[in-house]
Amino acid sequence: MGIDLPLIWALIIGFGVMMYVLMDGFDLGIGILYPFIPDRHHRDVAMNTVAPVWDGNETWLVLGGAGLLAAFPLVYSVVLTALYLPLIFMLLGLIFRGIAFEFRFKARDHERHIWDKAFIGGSFTATFFQGVVLGAYVSGLPVENGAYPGGPLDWIAPFPLFTGVALVFAYALLGSTWLIMKTEGELQFRMFHLTRPLMWILLAAIAVISLWTPLRDPVIAERWFSFPNIVWFSPVPLLVVGAALLMQRALARGRPVAPFLLALLLMFLGYAGLAISGWPNILPPDISIWEAAAPPQSLGFALVGALLIIPFILMYTAFAYYVFRGKVRPGDGYH
Amino acid sequence: MTETLALDLARAQFAFTISFHIIFPAITIGLASYLAVLEGLWLYTKNTLYRDLYHFWVKIFAVNFGMGVVSGLVMAYQFGTNWSFFSEFAGSITGPLLAYEVLTAFFLEAGFLGVMLFGWNRVGPGLHFFSTVVVAIGTLISTFWILASNSWMQTPQGHEIINGQVVPVDWLAVIFNPSFPYRLIHMSVAAFLATALFVGASAAWHLLRGRDNPAVRKMFSMAMWMMVLVAPVQAVIGDFHGLNTLEHQPAKVAAMEGHWGGEEAADGEGLPLILFGWPDMEEERTRFAVSVPHLGSLILTHSWDGTIPGLKEFAPEDRPNVPIVFWSFRIMVGLGMLMILLGGLSLMQRWRGRLYDSRWFLRFALLMGPAGLIAILAGWYTTEVGRQPWVVYGLMRTEDAVSTHSATTLGVSLALFVVVYLFVFGAGVAYTLRLVRKGPQLEEGARETSGGPGRPRHAMRPLSAVEEDLDDDQDTDGGR
Repeated sequence: MGIDLPLIWALIIGFGVMMYVLMDGFDLGIGILYPFIPDRHHRDVAMNTVAPVWDGNETWLVLGGAGLLAAFPLVYSVVLTALYLPLIFMLLGLIFRGIAFEFRFKARDHERHIWDKAFIGGSFTATFFQGVVLGAYVSGLPVENGAYPGGPLDWIAPFPLFTGVALVFAYALLGSTWLIMKTEGELQFRMFHLTRPLMWILLAAIAVISLWTPLRDPVIAERWFSFPNIVWFSPVPLLVVGAALLMQRALARGRPVAPFLLALLLMFLGYAGLAISGWPNILPPDISIWEAAAPPQSLGFALVGALLIIPFILMYTAFAYYVFRGKVRPGDGYH
Repeated sequence: MTETLALDLARAQFAFTISFHIIFPAITIGLASYLAVLEGLWLYTKNTLYRDLYHFWVKIFAVNFGMGVVSGLVMAYQFGTNWSFFSEFAGSITGPLLAYEVLTAFFLEAGFLGVMLFGWNRVGPGLHFFSTVVVAIGTLISTFWILASNSWMQTPQGHEIINGQVVPVDWLAVIFNPSFPYRLIHMSVAAFLATALFVGASAAWHLLRGRDNPAVRKMFSMAMWMMVLVAPVQAVIGDFHGLNTLEHQPAKVAAMEGHWGGEEAADGEGLPLILFGWPDMEEERTRFAVSVPHLGSLILTHSWDGTIPGLKEFAPEDRPNVPIVFWSFRIMVGLGMLMILLGGLSLMQRWRGRLYDSRWFLRFALLMGPAGLIAILAGWYTTEVGRQPWVVYGLMRTEDAVSTHSATTLGVSLALFVVVYLFVFGAGVAYTLRLVRKGPQLEEGARETSGGPGRPRHAMRPLSAVEEDLDDDQDTDGGR
């Protein structure tokens, strides 16, 4: 046949996870920024900017989980076992903030602070542990006889904890630039001020991770710094620097849309960088997508459904964002 | 010892999260079809009661759908976190089936649900009805994939085992495995019945409070007709399902019946039906048994003297936990009989013209409100505990499927799940009940203004289809 099914599935899942990070990233960011938005009406506006889209964003995570089980059962079972506690914490965080979205607007005045706290706590927890999962996954999970031999707390290590904190700042940046785009007046002004330090912190975090990973792993160092790879891959760090400079300029000039697009670009470049480091392993350090793949009968069967439905989902998502375009003002949406 | 404890905790966690989850999809499946019927009747008869009932129940549907999505998110990860060896062994079959379920749900949420919840004034009545019907069919398609996956674990076929991994050979055989058609129909009908009982109890509550209006009467009447027509059919379906189980999983049926076999059944007297008793796994007999001679033979073999394999014919390590299977089965059947009784009594009250004002009957209907959901849970405990000690029947034991977490890890996460679920879903259920308490409002449908996907910046999500404040207590007219 000549169709590389494992590769196609790796791309589908990679795409799904990227969609999740980019899209749920900014709405988790709103929750992280909530402590910096003390005014109740500003909080209403901030939440309303993502209210129409957040649950669509999270369904990418469900698709990622189901896709992984279908296409790479080994990865699904090892990653989910090894990162059991951080994943459970992440899911519980997502539940809290998901419900907070709904009940905050429906709560009586004296109950509202409970849901505010659930929203903040849930967003922080979900984001931090997503970062921990990412860091632990990138640093590699041992596999013996098709199972994870490590302990339940092995993820408590400097690198995963660092990526956990870094992701909190990354999502906060996505959230603040999103709010710059979607709001106006005092709230927007606040976000302009918050975005600049957030961007520098994120840039520093990207730099640390870019140095830390090759220092930890000679294979990654070889991947990036050997000739001719260094020529092919050098645009990635150069684009990161370029995007950061452009964002500085856009912020200084008070541009509403450009900072968000540049923040998305930064996240995408970071994601691409990790993908380049990891390729072609789907279970670092040394299990490739072909070794971990489910039998072709499973991959082919599931692919039919994915190819039928994913384009439809993308069209609908684009339509939803189109419908809800433009600024959100106090009193919009909910009453 | 600690390994056994860890296994039990892993099973308890899965049982807890899936039991919580199944309640919401069951009501979603039932309400989606109920809404399709209501809208169809409204378009056909132009009787505005149907339209008003549609607008009442669609809000409860929306909240319930949202809760199902949130609790389902956890399920997508439980297979890997708690049952990693199972996922690795059988993921090549259960994975694609679950992926199809997710894609179906995605597809629904993506299009037709939005039109259904927000499009009343935005699209024509034909297209709106079409969307409702598609959502109803979609919930059944989701059921189809989930139950295909579960049934394959009960009666696996269409696969080969290569290098310790299941490889699908024939997908049609995998999906349409022997127990699948029975389980699919039994569960779908159970969802309809559970929803009808919930609807009927809501109406009974209002009638008992004297909040009598034609819409409340209409929904009570419809729910009671469901009991009359569908509850007996469900008993017949259940009988067929049981015979299918007897053929493929005889140990489960023996546990359901508390039938140990050996000398007690050796004298050719046929199989008694044990009504009550206490199966004792140590002594290998059912103590304090109250039984009816020959009735077991009649039900299970449809003959006077037929018999079935007893538990003693299976090695002790191949037997499920008999008391749990025995009693959960009896709870399900007992509730099913009460449902048939409710239907029969409703016919009598209808004939006497007392359907809407007989207090004892309304109280009975109110008490039966949760019966459908309890019966669903009891039925699932019967079939899932009855499958033990296997996770994939005959292929993989549950003890070989569980991840290698310590009891401490599992205990902590289970405690967290319990606390969070009680808080979060408690709030959701309280909210649903507040909506029910408001009751259907006449002419509600005529005032309906919520727009479709084009409505500016209004959230297009299930839970936010509901515009009621929690501040609004009962009796408000809704016209704010």
